[in-house]
Amino acid sequence: MISAIAFYLFASITLLSAIMVITARNPVHSVLFLILAFFNAAGLFVLLGAEFIAMILVIVYVGAVAVLFLFVVMMLDISFTDLRKGAMQYVPVGLIAGGILLFELISIFVAWGFAKAADDNIASPTPDASEITNTEALGQILYTDYVFPFQVAGLILLVAMIGAIVLTHRHRPGVRKQKVADQQSRKRSEAMELKKVTPRTGI
Amino acid sequence: METITLSSLIPIFPELFLAISAMLLLVIGVLKGNSSTRLISWGSVIAFAIALLIMTKGGIDTEPALNNMFVQTSFTFFMKLLVMAGLITSITLSVQYLYQDNIIRFEYPLLALFSGIGMMLMISANDMLSLYMGLELQSLSLYVLAAIHRDHIKSAESGMKYFILGAISSGMLLFGISLIYGFTGSTNFELIGTTLANELSLGAVIGFVFILAALAFKISAVPFHMWTPDVYEGAPTSVTALFALVPKIAAFALIIRLLFIPFASLHDQWFQIMWLLAFLSMAVGAFAGLRQNNIKRLIAYSSIGNIGYALIGLVAGGEAGLSAVMVYLTLYMVMTAGIFGIILCMRRDGYGVTDISDLAGLSRNTPWLAYPLAIFMFSISGIPPLAGFFSKYLIFQAAIESGLYTLAVIGVLTSVVASYYYLRIIKTMFFDEPDDKFDSTIESSRKLIIGLSLFVVVGFIFNPSPLIEISANAVRGLF
Repeated sequence: MISAIAFYLFASITLLSAIMVITARNPVHSVLFLILAFFNAAGLFVLLGAEFIAMILVIVYVGAVAVLFLFVVMMLDISFTDLRKGAMQYVPVGLIAGGILLFELISIFVAWGFAKAADDNIASPTPDASEITNTEALGQILYTDYVFPFQVAGLILLVAMIGAIVLTHRHRPGVRKQKVADQQSRKRSEAMELKKVTPRTGI
Repeated sequence: METITLSSLIPIFPELFLAISAMLLLVIGVLKGNSSTRLISWGSVIAFAIALLIMTKGGIDTEPALNNMFVQTSFTFFMKLLVMAGLITSITLSVQYLYQDNIIRFEYPLLALFSGIGMMLMISANDMLSLYMGLELQSLSLYVLAAIHRDHIKSAESGMKYFILGAISSGMLLFGISLIYGFTGSTNFELIGTTLANELSLGAVIGFVFILAALAFKISAVPFHMWTPDVYEGAPTSVTALFALVPKIAAFALIIRLLFIPFASLHDQWFQIMWLLAFLSMAVGAFAGLRQNNIKRLIAYSSIGNIGYALIGLVAGGEAGLSAVMVYLTLYMVMTAGIFGIILCMRRDGYGVTDISDLAGLSRNTPWLAYPLAIFMFSISGIPPLAGFFSKYLIFQAAIESGLYTLAVIGVLTSVVASYYYLRIIKTMFFDEPDDKFDSTIESSRKLIIGLSLFVVVGFIFNPSPLIEISANAVRGLF
């Protein structure tokens, strides 16, 4: 009973705030609604017993991604109302495409069923939560059975990093950087000159 | 849980070697800066050459590695051979171009290297997870490559378009994979195959169609081709060469593996889809190409049309059809390599030119560029006795043997239409008033590539059997 109430609460707030993300006029409000949507989705994961994914969702999406969005929105001077101007003309096409997709999804949902063999096919069934926490269960397969996709994901992140540097990093001439080696290798003879100043004569 | 031993990793040694050498070269590049671009380019070429050797030593039909996620059969072997040869070619072609167009960035060959690893992983994928990872690795590298000339508005536009449309196609792919996983309970190709063969549901079919649509985007089959002309035109010419040579081969290999292993029992469903894709691609490739004046856009439409012909072989299926596809893809790659070798030489006063009218009177100015280009154009339009004719002939023969008369007739008709634009290039070169001469500084490595492709295109007339036999052998590894 309580879990059902919690489910409908989380689910409805998620949906409402998702709608607000795309309808809010102020982009900062959009990002804040996005954060609300993430929190409620995390709540849904907790209800499913997947507390690890729930926490990751909060830490990664709220903590990093949404805050990054907020920074971008606030720091870049983009007029979102101008961007939206042309958008209305695509609404009919978008509605048609979305409607077809919705129809397809409903037809899948109606005819949905698992194959008879599906239960036997599952490579790593979810272990009982009373025996092992799901963080540990994920760790046990992520670094053994799934080490290959895990490592390739690392390569993809490396490429993403290279790509970000290639596309955005600019080498500016004339920037004065601290060169520690130069500082260290300076000798007293190059850096300063001793003048003998006799009294009452000046330099 | 299985333990990973060194010997169980033998099938994946080439990819491991490439990944390690990519990281080493990255370190060298970071330390030495952009002045090391040439060094790193040749380093990547050598890395691919060594990986080729390692792959031949490793042998084929080994045990699936890494929790059954990675396989090496004679089919994947052949396709990876093509991918590596294509990447060696395109990196070789790009070195001089990078210096001429002032895109001297050491990341360029490295991104090509990473995309190569991605393509090899996706060809060898035996699991939806490894498939997706390989696909993303190659796409991400290619998005960056398309936009690498970032101060150039067209290059940035091309990268942006490719990225957004590619991201949508990745979304469709994942959605499809999740539906398939939801129905069958597995991501492994063989398990999906046996489960779907026993029972089929509407949800699984829709998931399968989503996967197919995403992959049709990667090979730019009509109606998923919109990005191709813009991306080909906007990207730096050496990147266009890479796009035209390699990624489609990898994606095609993946489609073949998917259609004949996990989704073999859905033959009736994919037969119609592939039939339509082949038909539309041939038609659009032939008719939309007629009005192009930019040679890079023309090549884009030509590649759309050629994917259509290759798809005929896939629809025909069976050993004959698939080995015809492989011969077709190989020869198409060879011809495109030669054509791009020549397109990259189209420079006046230090600037690259890409209009067809710029080729006017090339036969009188620089005959040694005009004659090879004429041979490539004759070959790609399918005029006997050149290699391109044989590859089309094998495809149509396979189509007729499996009763696809309509597709074969449409294929012949559209190739007649398409030959108009190939022949127009020859007409411009040989019969129009000469324009100014092209710059004549051409690196010997590029001459070597043009010479090699010319050798294959002409040599295939005299001895076509080795390639045909190798492809037939490779296809046997699939069934």
